[in-house]
Amino acid sequence: MVKKQQTWELRLYVAGKTTKSVTALENLKKYCETHLAGQYTIEVIDLLVHPQLAEGDQIFAIPTLVRKVPEPIRKIIGDLSNEEKVLVGLNIRPVKQLI
Amino acid sequence: MQSLLKTKTGITGLDEITFGGIPQGRTTLICGGPGCGKTLFCVEFLVNGATRYKEPGVFITFEEKAEELIKNVASLGHDLEKLQEQKKLRIDHVHIERGEIEETGEYDLDGLFIRLEHSINSIGAKRVVLDTIENLFAGLTNEGILRAELRRLFHWLKEKGVTAIVTGEQGEGTLTRHGLEEYVSDCVILLDHRVINQISTRRLRVVKYRGSAHGTNEFPFLIDEEGISVLPVTSLELNRKVSTQRISTGIASLDEMFSGKGFYRGSSILVSGMAGTGKTSIAASFANEACRRNEKALFFAFEESPPQIIRNMKSIGFNLEPYIKKGLLEFHSARPALYGLEMHLSTIYKIVKKARPAIVVLDPITNLVSVGLINEVNSMLLRLIDFLQGEGITVMLTALMKEMDERMDEGISSLVDVWISIKDIEANGERNKVLYIMKSRGMHHSNQVREFRITSKGLKLVEIYLGPSGILLGSEREEQKLQKLTGQALKEQQFRRELALRRQGNGIPKKSKQKTGK
Repeated sequence: MVKKQQTWELRLYVAGKTTKSVTALENLKKYCETHLAGQYTIEVIDLLVHPQLAEGDQIFAIPTLVRKVPEPIRKIIGDLSNEEKVLVGLNIRPVKQLI
Repeated sequence: MQSLLKTKTGITGLDEITFGGIPQGRTTLICGGPGCGKTLFCVEFLVNGATRYKEPGVFITFEEKAEELIKNVASLGHDLEKLQEQKKLRIDHVHIERGEIEETGEYDLDGLFIRLEHSINSIGAKRVVLDTIENLFAGLTNEGILRAELRRLFHWLKEKGVTAIVTGEQGEGTLTRHGLEEYVSDCVILLDHRVINQISTRRLRVVKYRGSAHGTNEFPFLIDEEGISVLPVTSLELNRKVSTQRISTGIASLDEMFSGKGFYRGSSILVSGMAGTGKTSIAASFANEACRRNEKALFFAFEESPPQIIRNMKSIGFNLEPYIKKGLLEFHSARPALYGLEMHLSTIYKIVKKARPAIVVLDPITNLVSVGLINEVNSMLLRLIDFLQGEGITVMLTALMKEMDERMDEGISSLVDVWISIKDIEANGERNKVLYIMKSRGMHHSNQVREFRITSKGLKLVEIYLGPSGILLGSEREEQKLQKLTGQALKEQQFRRELALRRQGNGIPKKSKQKTGK
């Protein structure tokens, strides 16, 4: 199946090591390991270090998770504490069902 | 204690009504309905800052894309692209698409803060615009977080020391739909765009200005090819310089009525009369005279087209064309209903500012009543006369009176310095015009009623004949004159005859001849 070869390029925008950012990253790793093992990359961008990168992905809230691939781009803002919402937001559910 | 520092917006008129601009280092809220000019205000604020006050600015747009914004204001002559290249301006479009955003758990708007800070730091911005931040409410559902973050944002802006403008869409019964005024407490400006009698007028009001006096009225403002200009309704002072120099009215016999010298320079003259009494002719003759003195004259025609006036004036002996060619006389004509009073006023302002004339003619002001309520027209004229006198320009207004329109009188008569009234008198099968001076401030003037005649050689005032049967005008006056002449002739004849008789009788012709000589 084509979907199996699907990789997920995820970007997490944070601003320093705040509780929200740390929680978001932990949650994201957890979900990815559970549902997308071996199929994902996570890039963490700290806007305090690279403020110029905020404009490109239209970031205004922190933390923001951006699904770059597969298209279309999806964004999830918040500490990602609600697994259900994150999976729906990233459109992971249907894929998992296929597998 | 140091008084509040202000930042000039550079928007014509706004800095005057706020006595120096918006509060420096603080946030000002501009609110109003859709299409009222909020974004343009912001653009002008930044462009003026960048080009005139050496204050670079950041424009965070939540609505339009940068390219759209650049395109939209290009027609007003603002080259935002160039300013961006020169690092005097930075536009950042914050795009919030609800469809692609999911919210879960805690978050904050640090991303926005970081972007803003990055933009500010990259060009050393002193001015910031957020247009319109309320779009955040449309994109994010967690209002609790949003409100807390907005509060933090405004606080942060203040700490940053930038002078900021945020815009907000007007809500029903509230200044802004999402209550932004709650966070911005220093200065609030409300813009309004209304249509009355199919004519639109934009107005601006400073709702609040903490720590500063400000004009509280509604001020009309305009958006035209030169951007925004706010018109301060009245200049607040009545202490301008006055001239004692006199200028001719263009009609020698009218000058005579003003002790032979004419009007004061810089005064305002109202010529009122019924239809067809020659108001325009008097105005044209005044303009003609100014041109003859080599002074610049502006003629605003609200009734006739310039060629029409030129043709008509030729018929009474004024050739205006050479002056137009020389650039001494300028005609500006517009149908009153073309646009609202404010637009008329501002157009006149602009033309006058550009042309710097010595005299201005408005013919007739009464036509403006068709576009505005009488008190609005009066207030517009008040402002106009005020402005013209402030510039030392002599202004002549003509007014069409329908049997003395009291309402118009009250308003204008106190404004003008000289009031000339022309009346039609119908008697014995003819209509004749009489002219008299209703008032003339600060100068001696004739109290006589004169007959006003429009001839192919110009305008003339003729002393009317006061006979035993009252005032005689027109052909009656001529007749009386003739009668007087014939009477005199008859008398002379009689006298001569008597003389001849006496000569024959006395035989001393030489002596009596000497007597008649005396």
